[in-house]
Amino acid sequence: MKIAIASGKGGTGKTTLAVNLAFAAGAHTQLVDCDVEEPNSHLFIQAKRVAKEVVTLPVPLINEELCIRCGKCARFCEFSALAALGSIPMVFPEMCHGCGGCMRICEQGAISEVRRRIGTVESFDSNGVTLVHGCLDIGVAMAPPLINAVKKQINASGLVILDAPPGTTCPAVAAVKGADYVVLVTEPTPFGLNDLKLAVAMTRELGVPFGVVINRAGVGDDKVQRYCENESIHLFDEIPDDRRVAEAYSRGELIIDAVPGYRELFVRLLDKISEAAAAGKAEL
Amino acid sequence: MKIAFTTAGVDLASEIDSRFGRAPKFLIFDTESRAFEVVDNSQNLNAAQGAGIQSAETIVKLGANAVVTGHCGPKAYRALTSAGVKIYNTEIKSIEAALQAVESGALTPATDADVEGHW
Repeated sequence: MKIAIASGKGGTGKTTLAVNLAFAAGAHTQLVDCDVEEPNSHLFIQAKRVAKEVVTLPVPLINEELCIRCGKCARFCEFSALAALGSIPMVFPEMCHGCGGCMRICEQGAISEVRRRIGTVESFDSNGVTLVHGCLDIGVAMAPPLINAVKKQINASGLVILDAPPGTTCPAVAAVKGADYVVLVTEPTPFGLNDLKLAVAMTRELGVPFGVVINRAGVGDDKVQRYCENESIHLFDEIPDDRRVAEAYSRGELIIDAVPGYRELFVRLLDKISEAAAAGKAEL
Repeated sequence: MKIAFTTAGVDLASEIDSRFGRAPKFLIFDTESRAFEVVDNSQNLNAAQGAGIQSAETIVKLGANAVVTGHCGPKAYRALTSAGVKIYNTEIKSIEAALQAVESGALTPATDADVEGHW
């Protein structure tokens, strides 16, 4: 069962929810931090690194002797990684998504692959919970391929909690795609509601069943609840705005360990989400 | 020689748009016939990335030998110069005045990108 924790807005509590749900579930759970631009799940756990690998993308290399300057490769590339200006095509490796299309479309066989490093994937073990995260190299703006490399480490037999990057652009889509269920975390504020609506639109487009958790309940208004009611969106639970939670977070501690009563809250929440996810899966 | 000006306008009295990759239009002025045409570039206005490269391809296809704009990023600079297109960065507002500055030699071609990508 793969459950993605996502949100339109940043800072709503995706990581708090993902990490605490994973540890509430306990051993044999995989926690997959898909925010490769700023992985942070590891800050909340004591873990031992068990594996690290470098991730590369295949980018084109033009053989100038074989190239007939037809420009097909540049016209094919959706990302302007190749520019044909009447001469030998120029390669912009930083734009390349590594799809390999240019190599296939070139009838001259003038394009070969070179590997471009984009980041690393690391695995950690913490009392039987496996954390996998990716770390994009500085200056690289190519999150989705690295997120996909992180997700390759998923061992689907047990519970998998994916911590998605914020927003509704390609990295968030890459993280959520293929999940069995999505939990959208929001806060009860106008910003939270606005970005929740965007995240709902993204998740519906992807066709993944989802529900909502309100974090920091009590700080704003009831418009998120009303929105969920009107849209028939399942609202799982509310995590109260609690200074003790913020303090534990700032010390890098698990809320379920540091604040009395929260282990029960997260175990209950996990049960509800697992039930909904199982039902959602059955519907598909 | 054909000179391309980045602009949102339709004639020589229009202002120069300071962006190259995301310029709404290019005004292509032919220094021999003294005639000009205006070419739409709006498909690049909303491109997530690669706008500079796409715009450089458009400029080369239009046969321009020079570009007059506000700023030019590194990828566009690389693409344009590889095709032999000169780049003139200027603060001059009107196309007319900038054209005069290029023709009189008051403006000199850039020797490097003058801004970072996505400025």
